[in-house]
Amino acid sequence: MGAGDHDHPHEHSELSELELRVRALESLLTEKGYVDPAALDEIIDTYENRVGPRNGARVVARAWSNEEYKAWLLKDATAAIADLGYTGRQGEDMQVLENTPAVHNMVVCTLCSCYPWPVLGLPPVWYKSAPYRSRVVIDPRGVLADFGVTLPDDTEIRVWDSTSEMRYLVLPMRPEGTEGWNEDRLADIVTRDSMIGTGIVSVPAAAAAAE
Amino acid sequence: MNARVRSDANDPGAHLLPELPRDAEGPVFDAPWQAQVFAMAVKLHEQGHFTWAEWATHLGAEIKSAQESGDPDRGDTYYDHWLRALETLVAEKNLIGSAELTDRRDAWDRAARATPHGEPIVLGREQNP
Repeated sequence: MGAGDHDHPHEHSELSELELRVRALESLLTEKGYVDPAALDEIIDTYENRVGPRNGARVVARAWSNEEYKAWLLKDATAAIADLGYTGRQGEDMQVLENTPAVHNMVVCTLCSCYPWPVLGLPPVWYKSAPYRSRVVIDPRGVLADFGVTLPDDTEIRVWDSTSEMRYLVLPMRPEGTEGWNEDRLADIVTRDSMIGTGIVSVPAAAAAAE
Repeated sequence: MNARVRSDANDPGAHLLPELPRDAEGPVFDAPWQAQVFAMAVKLHEQGHFTWAEWATHLGAEIKSAQESGDPDRGDTYYDHWLRALETLVAEKNLIGSAELTDRRDAWDRAARATPHGEPIVLGREQNP
């Protein structure tokens, strides 16, 4: 039958332009033996379900709890993070930036969206957006204000531009009121944004009230 | 203080900065095709077809070129850039020619149009009705 000749317009399927191009790539790469669809599914499953900011939160909680680990993390982040089992793509060369009352660190990738996947998963939409990528370099305090964060005037803000060779993870300051908390409890309050530098870690009101 | 806790948690500044797209810690891909194109680039890199520095350079160039063509680039078109970078790179690396890619895109389009709604779209369907 001549496709579409007598069909009503809504009876056949339609793929969007982007879907068509992705199908074209995938079917050709598969036929030529460059990729295996099962291997692609495995990668997708990893990033949708297994890798994310909870990994980074474990790293931060360990550093807050163990001075020796923290020293190692600041000296050789790749090895110290791998020690907790977080290795793999885009985590080969890591550096951890410690926030203190004197210095607040923020991370960006001005070129594209380089990001430490093993500890934070894939980047949030705003991290990939032009407004963030361009503004954080020019006006970091303004960006922080947009995220609801105000720092003392005398805190120096350092903005670090990620590359394909170096990825950064911010070690946020441990909030007051968390003395004696174990690592699980600490990890629960560490947010993704605090490890990018667009947030700070606070004790949730409910947890503080329960003390 | 409490207000800050709430805005910090899963609702980063998006509502405060209208320019920035909203992003809670939700799904990482908006559509299956985004996941597919992401995985293809990762896999080809792992197999040594290109370095990650090459990838970043191509992706960066596509982002810049899209911005110059008027894309406000708010992060929602990120995987469009990713797709274009991959198309360019597979052609440069002689994995798939660009004409071959266009022909295959057209074949998928014909196959889709020849497929009744709701049935799986299979390549070649338009030739073997």
